[in-house]
Parts: sequence; C-alpha cells; structure tokens
Amino acid sequence: MNIENTIRIAIQAIFTNKSRSLLTMLGVIIGVGAVILLMAIGNGLQVYITGQFDSLGANTISIVPGEVFSSSGGFGSRESQFSAISNNKLRYTDVKEISKISGIRAAIPMVLGNSDISYQSTTKKRSIIGTMPEYEKVRNTKAEKGSFFSSSDNDGGKRVTVLGSLLAKDLFSNIDPIGKTVRINGQAFKVLGVAEKKGGGFGGPQFDDYAYIPFKTYIDIFNDQKVSQIVVQAEDKEGIQENIVQIKKQLGKRLKSDEFSVFETTEILKVINQVLGVLTLGLGGIAAISLVVGGIGIMNIMLVSVTERTREIGLRKALGATPGIILLQFLIESSLLSVFGGAIGVALAFLLALVINQFFPAVVTMFSIVLAFGVSATIGIVFGVAPARRASQLSPIEALRSE
Amino acid sequence: MLLVLENISKHYTVGDTIIRALDQVSISVDEGEYVAVMGHSGSGKSTLLQIASFLDKPTTGSILLRGKKVENYSENEMAGLRNREIGFVFQQFNLLPKTSAIENVALPLVYANVPAQERTARAEDMLREVGLGDRLKNTRAQLSGGQQQRVAIARALINNPSIVFADEPTGNLDSKSGEEIMDMLDVLHKKGKTIILVTHEADIAHHAKRRIVMRDGHIISDSKDRKKKV
Ligand SMILES: Nc1ncnc2c1ncn2[C@@H]1O[C@H](COP(=O)(O)OP(=O)(O)OP(=O)(O)O)[C@@H](O)[C@H]1O
Ligand SMILES: [Mg+2]
Repeated sequence: MNIENTIRIAIQAIFTNKSRSLLTMLGVIIGVGAVILLMAIGNGLQVYITGQFDSLGANTISIVPGEVFSSSGGFGSRESQFSAISNNKLRYTDVKEISKISGIRAAIPMVLGNSDISYQSTTKKRSIIGTMPEYEKVRNTKAEKGSFFSSSDNDGGKRVTVLGSLLAKDLFSNIDPIGKTVRINGQAFKVLGVAEKKGGGFGGPQFDDYAYIPFKTYIDIFNDQKVSQIVVQAEDKEGIQENIVQIKKQLGKRLKSDEFSVFETTEILKVINQVLGVLTLGLGGIAAISLVVGGIGIMNIMLVSVTERTREIGLRKALGATPGIILLQFLIESSLLSVFGGAIGVALAFLLALVINQFFPAVVTMFSIVLAFGVSATIGIVFGVAPARRASQLSPIEALRSE
Repeated sequence: MLLVLENISKHYTVGDTIIRALDQVSISVDEGEYVAVMGHSGSGKSTLLQIASFLDKPTTGSILLRGKKVENYSENEMAGLRNREIGFVFQQFNLLPKTSAIENVALPLVYANVPAQERTARAEDMLREVGLGDRLKNTRAQLSGGQQQRVAIARALINNPSIVFADEPTGNLDSKSGEEIMDMLDVLHKKGKTIILVTHEADIAHHAKRRIVMRDGHIISDSKDRKKKV
C-alpha cells in the first residue's frame, strides 16, 4: 500500500461526503477567521494610536491648562479637565516667555474654537485652530496644495486659512480650493492651502477636519485671549526633561501648579498605551475564547465524523487495510480539511479586515495567523486522527458491529 | 488441510457474566470443500466464521492455514491474510455508501497495491461475471438488496481468495434473490473454490456438501464424521 494510493483514498473520502467535509471545514474557517480578525482590530488600534503621535512631531513638549494626569499616573477626571478648559489661564504672554528659555527652538500657541465655515451654499460646523506659521514644521502638518500662512499673514491679522484635507473635500468636492474665498464666523477668508492627510478620528482629534488660521487673526475675530495649548519644540531630545523643569518654573511664577500641565508629547502615548493594553487584553481574551470555541467545534465535528465512520473502518480492515493505512488515510483527510479550511479562514479574515479598515483600523499580524492556523490545524488533525486510531485498533468485527 | 481450527474458545465478558460463544471447537476444512454451518440463534455460528476468517481473534486455541500457525500473527500480517486468503460475504452486504459498485469491488485490490487501471478493469470484469455489467456506476442506494449482495460477492472474489466465507448471505433477501445468490455459490464450488457458509435454513444448507450443526458454542454434529463412521 503506497502513499499515493492512500492520498487518493483520502481525497476520494473528502469528496464522497461533501456536506460532512464542508461542515468540518466551516468549523476551522470560523475559528481561524474570528481569531485573526479580533487580533487584527486590537493590533490596528495600537498601530493607529502610535501613528497619531508620530504625526504630532518629534521632540515636542505640550502645555495645556489644568491637570491632565492624575497623581496616580492615569488621566485626570472628566470634571477636572472640563473645569481646566473653562478656567483656562494660559495666555499669549506665557508663550513669549517660554520661547525665551534656552534650549527651546520654538513655542507656538494654539487656540481652538468652533465655527461655521462655508463656501457658497455649503456650510459646515468645524473646529478652527488659530496658530503660528511654525505649526507647519513643529506639528509636521505640511500644506499639500498651496502653502501654509506666513509670519506676515499673522502679523497683519490677514483673513487667510489652510483647510484640513477632509474639510476641503466637504466644502469644495472636486473644485481646486486654492485662492477661493470661504466664510468663517461670517468673515471672508482666502484659502491659501490644503493640509496633507493626517488620518484620525475614533475619539482622537480629527486633524483633517480642521481649518487653520493665523493666531492673531483668531484673537481678532473671536476676541478670545485663552490659549488652548502651547506646543514647544526642543532643540534636542536630551534637553527635554530640563526644558520641562524650566517651563514649569516659568509658568509657576504666574499660575498655580494645578492650573497647567507640561509633558513630553510622546509621554501621553505611554498613558494611552496603558489604557489600550487593557483593551487589547480584553480583545485577546475574546479571541482566545473564540479560538477555544472554534477548537471545540472542530473537535466535535471531527469526533462525530470519525465515530460515524467506525463501520467504514471495520469494512476496510476486513478487506485488508492495516491499522497504519487507516491512520494515514485519516491523517491526510484531517490535514487536508484543516489546512484548506484554515487557508480559507485566513483569506476571509484578510478580506473582512480590508472592509473593516474603512471604518476602523485593523491590521492582520503574522502572529495571529500562525496562532489561529496552528491551533485549529492541530486540533483538527488530533481529533480527526485520535478516534480513527482507536477504531483502527478494533478488530474488523468489533468495528463493523458499532452503530 | 487448508484450514484447521484446534480447540478454539471465544469468551465475551459482559458486565460480570462471561459468555462462552465458542467452547473448545475443532474443525478442519479441505481444499474445495463446500461447508454449511447450522444451528439455533446464538449457538456461535457467526463467531466461529469470524475467527476462521481472521476477522476476530479467539480467546484460546490455534488456527492453521495450510499447516502454518497464524493465531499469533501481528495486526499487519492478519490484514494481509484477510486481503489475500479470504473473501467475506456479510448478511448486511456492507458496501461503502456513496461509492460506485466498481469502486466497492476494487477496494481489496487497493490494499493489495494493484495499480488503479488494473483495479478498474478487474472490478468491471468481476461485476459482469455476477451479472451487473449494466450497474457499474451505481451506488448502494441505487441497487436492490440482491444486487448489493452480488456486488459484495464480486468484492469477495476479486482478489482470488483461497476461501469464501458467507454469514447468512441470503438472510436479508427474498427467496428468489436468495436462490440466485446460492446458484452463484454453487457455480463457484463447481469451479473448485472452498466455501464456508452460515445459515439456519435447511434449504440453503442443502446446497453444501458438508453440514456442521452447532449448539451452545459446541459442534454437535458434522456430516463428514458421520460418513467416516459409515
Ligand atoms: N460482541 C459480543 N459481545 C458479547 N456477546 C456476544 C458478542 N457477539 C456474540 N455474542 C454472544 O455469543 C453467542 C454467539 O453469538 P453468534 O453471533 O456467534 O451466534 P449465531 O449462531 O451467529 O446467532 P444468529 O443465528 O442469531 O446469528 C451469543 O450468545 C451472543 O449473544
Ligand atoms: Mg450470526
């Protein structure tokens, strides 16, 4: 009895019982697909958030009103953050003082407000950011079309704006926005540029929906002296901790210590990653459960399909099949079903991840494929072969008698 | 002697009770013999046939095939014996479901390592010989009981075995189909094949030249012994 013959018998057995084979494969497909997909979502979130902070620019320090981090290391409460915004004591003078500190390349203010922004008959309610021309470099937000506003635009309080890429699309659809006039808070603004796409959303800031205008212009039209955030660019990474100390000292002259927070921008990533770690753990738990459930499904269908074939095994033995040949037949059958089902599961997970990616970040990892594929293939093969092995050791008569 | 069973016992344990399905049974069968084993239900006929055909192992006793002891053969050697030396016809036909008549008949040849083309050719010939030349592709669901049993006989004969065993081969058939099956066995016997069959019907047993009667795991009469005595 040669291998080729046994492979042929196994394939024949798979095709002879199409529905049984499909059902078996379905267990593997769902098990593998669910695990890979769940892990892809957890992983996608992490990749997404990390990417968000990369896009905020390197070596930057953020200064915001109120206490961002609680004393326990996590984020402060919602109430304290809300009161921080309404009691915001950060002013433009602070920006000027901070920019004088040595080792600091630039300190730029950001003011944030909401306003209607319209082009012809299209009106959207969006966030408006008033900031300095340096924002382009510090926050790594290049104008993809046209240009960012200049110092003279700011000094002159010019009515000019740079639109986020989504906002530009919403207002202008396919028309080139450069040089067109939009109305912000009822006033006419000339569109200088469109910022390159940054991606975002999911609770984080959606930069692509913002309209950027010069800081001075913002103060003029909104008559708001509060600075929402100060972004500081350090000269080098090594100096950052010392810079933070100096900034705290400088702000401390005028403000109470709970009225402002100073932190390395990437530091917030660590805290977010902590929160995300819990989420990923939860998703991992669900993935593990579906792996177990999928495994039990595979196990069950394999056990049933092999047990109902005890008579077939008895007959084959009566006609001269050795236990080894029976075992090999079932090993090949289970392997083919498990591997083929696993491959379909992987392909399906990839496709679904592509679809999900339109709404939510999902990144399929090699690790999840290996894990899901490995576990279900192992379960499929073990539970396809173990009962067959038991049956192959019965005498032909005992096997034939089983019902 | 082709096949000799010496002091064969087979005990089944069910719960606390031991069932002596066979108790110290001895029997010899010569080349070309046509034997019918008879007896009441539960007398041990099937058990005897299964042990004689290497489908099951005796609890004690020895089996000689052409003078060679085989009761201590390994699983693989037993499989070889079943494949080459015996053909077995079951009362319940036992064809593989969803599998064509040809493939069913060719199955023993698969395990004998006969190349695929030759297997198909031989299975076709054999099916024609049992009168099913027009049913080659039918599965068991598309065959009558009598036709299924003829496929089973073709399967039992395909590897040209030394002995054909049949356990109540007509038990699940009407009398006409049963007669057809018995006619086929008669023809085989005339060609010199050794046949051992189990039946509890006297009419069927009359086809055989030698009749053995069992009761409670013992042989109580053997027509061959009687002839010797005469
Ligand atoms: N697997 C088994 N486990 C327990 N007892 C068994 C088993 N197989 C057979 N027996 C018992 O062994 C005895 C002989 O059984 P066997 O099947 O050989 O009888 P039989 O002569 O073929 O009967 P029938 O004419 O009804 O087929 C019976 O008492 C039966 O109950
Ligand atoms: Mg019986």
